[in-house]
Amino acid sequence: MERVLGDKKTILVLLGPALIVYTVVMLAPVVISMGYAFFDGNAITGFTWTGTDNFQRLFDDPDVRSSLWFTLKYGLILTVLQVGLGYGLALLYVFVLQRGSALVRTLIFFPVVLPTVAVALLFQKLFEIAPQEGPVNAFLGVLGGSPIDFFGDGGHAFWVVILMDLWRSAGFYGVLLYAGLVDVPEEMLESARLEGASTYRLVRHMIIPLSMPVLLSALIFSINGTLKVFDSIVALTNGGPGNETTPLTLYMFQTSFSYGDYGYGASIALMLTVLCLLFTVFIFRSARRDVTEA
Amino acid sequence: MRDLRTLPAKIIVAVLLVIVIYPLVWLLLGSFKTQAEFLNDPAWSLPHHWQFSNYSEAWTTGQLGTYLRNSVVAVFPALAFIVLFGTAAGFALEVMVWRGRNAILLAFLIGIMVPGQMILLPLFTTYFQLGLTGSLWPLIITYTAIGLPLTVFMMASYFRAVPREIFEAAVLDGASMFRAFFFVGFPMVRNAVFTVALVQFFFLWNDLLIALTFTNSSDLRTVQVGLLNFTGQFGQTQYGPLFAGICINVFGALALYLVLNQKIMKGLAGGAVKG
Repeated sequence: MERVLGDKKTILVLLGPALIVYTVVMLAPVVISMGYAFFDGNAITGFTWTGTDNFQRLFDDPDVRSSLWFTLKYGLILTVLQVGLGYGLALLYVFVLQRGSALVRTLIFFPVVLPTVAVALLFQKLFEIAPQEGPVNAFLGVLGGSPIDFFGDGGHAFWVVILMDLWRSAGFYGVLLYAGLVDVPEEMLESARLEGASTYRLVRHMIIPLSMPVLLSALIFSINGTLKVFDSIVALTNGGPGNETTPLTLYMFQTSFSYGDYGYGASIALMLTVLCLLFTVFIFRSARRDVTEA
Repeated sequence: MRDLRTLPAKIIVAVLLVIVIYPLVWLLLGSFKTQAEFLNDPAWSLPHHWQFSNYSEAWTTGQLGTYLRNSVVAVFPALAFIVLFGTAAGFALEVMVWRGRNAILLAFLIGIMVPGQMILLPLFTTYFQLGLTGSLWPLIITYTAIGLPLTVFMMASYFRAVPREIFEAAVLDGASMFRAFFFVGFPMVRNAVFTVALVQFFFLWNDLLIALTFTNSSDLRTVQVGLLNFTGQFGQTQYGPLFAGICINVFGALALYLVLNQKIMKGLAGGAVKG
């Protein structure tokens, strides 16, 4: 039995294809990309060694600073909002709608499966001011306000991106956290309620601690996704106006493919990867501390 | 008491549903409007005469037909590879017993976190040197690779739930492990395979980054890249055909979602927790 379960040839045949594709197309490029960071040039012109110049440039480049700032601001604000809103939805499903929540859950989840580009183009037209006045500006007009040029100003554009991504993802986090909340034992909540615990205290001291593991997965998943934001921004604002809504991902893309500077692009990509890694580790560690203190 | 609790809840649910559904209704109505109606009438007015030609315009002049074909040609072969390779690897890593399997599983896990930007440049250089840049092969190959980590990980955890005795019994009956995988293991996790394929389908179909990088001519554009460049085709924005193009994408996804929503919700949420 041991021999058959550990048969080397079978393992090779079954694991081989996946491992080869994964190593050649993902792991190797990650390593080579790190190498690119020490060179200048691109696929067509060839590469020249420049040592640590690209890293020096990262520190001095004001565009890196602004896109890093945008990435962090976007990632943190959207993570808090989408996990928060998702948690609100999950509480609504479990404790208010209860058994009747299936239909609402299904409807609110729907935007999750829509292609980002299609949604972004739709939101562009929803918030448009000219030549066509979109419903949002028309609605502002009815309320007596003056129309706003949402994409002409970086501050407004930022919030349109946030709103769109909330619209796309809230249903997803609702369902994700709902799955964690239905596991909270009903009897435990019932007995706490009988002893006179308020809803607020119930949520604060019982429901949140009990759903901590799934809340943690949601946070890690969210920060990892939001730091890598690309599709929504490219399709909605393309980084504009100017570069006011340009995240690191888009700046890397422009540097590499519009300016043909692979070396510098690779060092921006490396910075992004390190950022994702740092945040994941940070959330893991701070969560572990919370659990041991409680 | 009961009413006091349900009335605010009903209002909240109603507001939520309007926020989710209204943009889609506006989109659908817009896909039947003429350019003049877009520019001159208020945003919420209904189309006067339903302009069905927007759809044929989007399909032919907007080349949506070509883009859809490219997406299908790039996504489905990649899906087949992902499912076959990923399930086999999950089986080898979870059911079979050998040293180093945990380390390999961990190596696959790392791939879930790496941003796409980190592999684009070496891949572009390689595809360029191999002369693959004029075809859809770069997309098929890259999609297969980025789909594997999550698939291997999810399949391994599904195989963990299958009692090992089943495979031992098959082996005692004289089957090789290879046969045990194809005729016992694979059919047993059939449902999981379908769920994983569904999750990967949405990831790949909605991808923009990879498609934007590796499609250098307009004939190779996938749906997402094509939609992004839709305005350019007509010079200025032609609202009707653009809305029709978005509509085809959105309501195609809706149709799939109507049939499979329970599986899709479970699959996508499951992928996040395990990832």
